[in-house]
Amino acid sequence: MSTLTEAPPPLAPEAPGPKPPKRRGRWTPYWLLLPGILWLLVFFALPMVYQASTSVQTGSLEEGYKVTWHFATYWDALSAYWPQFVRSVLYAGTATILCLLLGYPLAYLIAFRAGRWRNLIMILVIAPFFTSFLIRTLAWKTILADGGPLVGALNTLHVLDVTSWLGLTAGDRVLATPLAVICGLTYNFLPFMILPLYTSLERIDGRLHEAAGDLYARPWTTFRKVTFPLSMPGVVSGTLLTFIPAAGDYVNADLLGSTDTRMVGNVIQTQFLRVLDYPTAAALSFILMAAILLMVTLYIRRSGTEDLV
Amino acid sequence: MTNQTDPTGDVRLTGISKTYGAFTAVHPLDLTVPQGSFFALLGASGCGKTTTLRMIAGLEEPSSGTVFLGDQDVTALPPYKRPVNTVFQSYALFPHLDIFENVAFGLRRRGWKSVKKQVEEMLDLVQLGEQARKKPHQLSGGQQQRVAVARALINHPKVLLLDEPLGALDLKLRRQMQLELKRIQTEVGITFIHVTHDQEEAMTMADTVAVMNAGRVEQLGTPADLYENPRTTFVANFLGTSNFIEAEVDSKSGDDIVLKAGGGKLLLPEARCGAPTTTGGKVLVGVRPEKISLTHADDAGEIPEGRNRITGRIADSSFIGVSTQYVVDSPVCADFEVYAQNLDRDPRLVPGAEVVLHWNPAHTFGLDATQDADAGVEEAA
Repeated sequence: MSTLTEAPPPLAPEAPGPKPPKRRGRWTPYWLLLPGILWLLVFFALPMVYQASTSVQTGSLEEGYKVTWHFATYWDALSAYWPQFVRSVLYAGTATILCLLLGYPLAYLIAFRAGRWRNLIMILVIAPFFTSFLIRTLAWKTILADGGPLVGALNTLHVLDVTSWLGLTAGDRVLATPLAVICGLTYNFLPFMILPLYTSLERIDGRLHEAAGDLYARPWTTFRKVTFPLSMPGVVSGTLLTFIPAAGDYVNADLLGSTDTRMVGNVIQTQFLRVLDYPTAAALSFILMAAILLMVTLYIRRSGTEDLV
Repeated sequence: MTNQTDPTGDVRLTGISKTYGAFTAVHPLDLTVPQGSFFALLGASGCGKTTTLRMIAGLEEPSSGTVFLGDQDVTALPPYKRPVNTVFQSYALFPHLDIFENVAFGLRRRGWKSVKKQVEEMLDLVQLGEQARKKPHQLSGGQQQRVAVARALINHPKVLLLDEPLGALDLKLRRQMQLELKRIQTEVGITFIHVTHDQEEAMTMADTVAVMNAGRVEQLGTPADLYENPRTTFVANFLGTSNFIEAEVDSKSGDDIVLKAGGGKLLLPEARCGAPTTTGGKVLVGVRPEKISLTHADDAGEIPEGRNRITGRIADSSFIGVSTQYVVDSPVCADFEVYAQNLDRDPRLVPGAEVVLHWNPAHTFGLDATQDADAGVEEAA
């Protein structure tokens, strides 16, 4: 017995023959990573450094800008444009919530009820991407046109009275109001909400619904206690994919809004392209980035998605 | 939700059926499962056993018929209103809840405020008290299975439905869980309806077994009854192994039928014959491999009178410890299987040896010869 319980002695170190291919194999992953790292360096890291240096420059277009470590630009930009910051967060936040409310039922339908229509509905969700972002947004100009059928109907139903009271519309107009901008944002970013939600919902084992029903949960309770918690990864990534670009967007506010609905994206665009005040524009960009990073971090901490499956 | 004053908790299915388009999963079926019994629905995959179970649970709507729990017609009730609980095939534990909350789920849904004591007791019953705060994916298959049982049982259902609950476990754990489930059932006294494709599992655990085939119940009875008196070749082959000899009715002698098979005569108790017994009619004569004794042809004279006997030659033998399994080539049946207990092994019984197979006529059963003698062989494998 004792002879059998002893493991055979380890083999002597191998001959040098098979070593070279091993070494080459060790470096392969890094070679494969190289294009991606280069891409990030050239298109992300370098512009970041460049913008960061721009944001602490002073001077004028005629005399040229020099790095003077003038951090006051940040404070000046923030105190001048904080209303646009607040507006951006409010509009993007409202649009994100609307996207979630509209997108969740649709994603649920596609994941659990669509059957053979699933692929068709998915295509319909993605189809708007085949046309230009600009054209799609301009289409909303027609949809929300003054005296158009939609605005007329909203007026007749006294919906506009409510939205006016909320400060989202003015008089009997929808165009050039906050509501129009929020509508545009919601519409444009809805697919970014639906796709991660769908992916998340589709992964849920249908038998869990049956098990919940079997354990006395009514359909609504099953949703609250099982489906929704399990779809949290999708909710988190969907809201992030909607909120982050929406907060920085300027096209919707530009085309559907007015001077009273300018978002921080519009300010950055104007500073860069019209006023040509590059330091302020760069500083605003960094403030926006920092604000979004902070909010996203807090949000992910709170929703505790890392705890899910 | 459970109606305590209900005099009886029998599960009664009357004319229940399920069709999917042109496919009939379950043909109209009448079935009564007495309260407190351990009932097994046994069959190969696709035979309709799981569909039947799901109709009792309310997860599948029957195409026709009625489901009664006691006196209550529950056919139209959604699952969450039925006093039954299910242990799902893959357990379907909630991955985002810990073991405690998984087990507490049913109680909480019914509005219980303090569930701690019940859940702890239930976890102790299935020996998982230590694991209460773990997530399902941190447990082994056997532990997850016990959580699934605890999660269902804590609700004190009238009926516990088990859908292949042991299918994902390895053999040793399965044996252990079979005993465990049987112990729990005896302890709590709740009706268990157990769906399985494993005939051994069904026979060891259940009081009553219903063998299903192609959407119909082929036969229903105690495990011993099904084994000793199969009424169809499907049951005879699906539960254990059977040998069949095609024979012709010759005459009657007392309570026995005399049959002709390949020149020899066989006796079959009339009570154990499920086929018409008019003279000249065909009957499939069945006998289980372990009922047969094997004697070397040289000693044929020592075989007592009154036993059924046929001759043959050993084609193959395999020693498996407790017994030796022989395959015998006989003029009346190509591959006759014989299991001989390893008491006194006759060294002459090797492949090629001429032998006489003989058995007590009382162990013979007769079936209708119009059916396929190999039905259920594939499925049982």
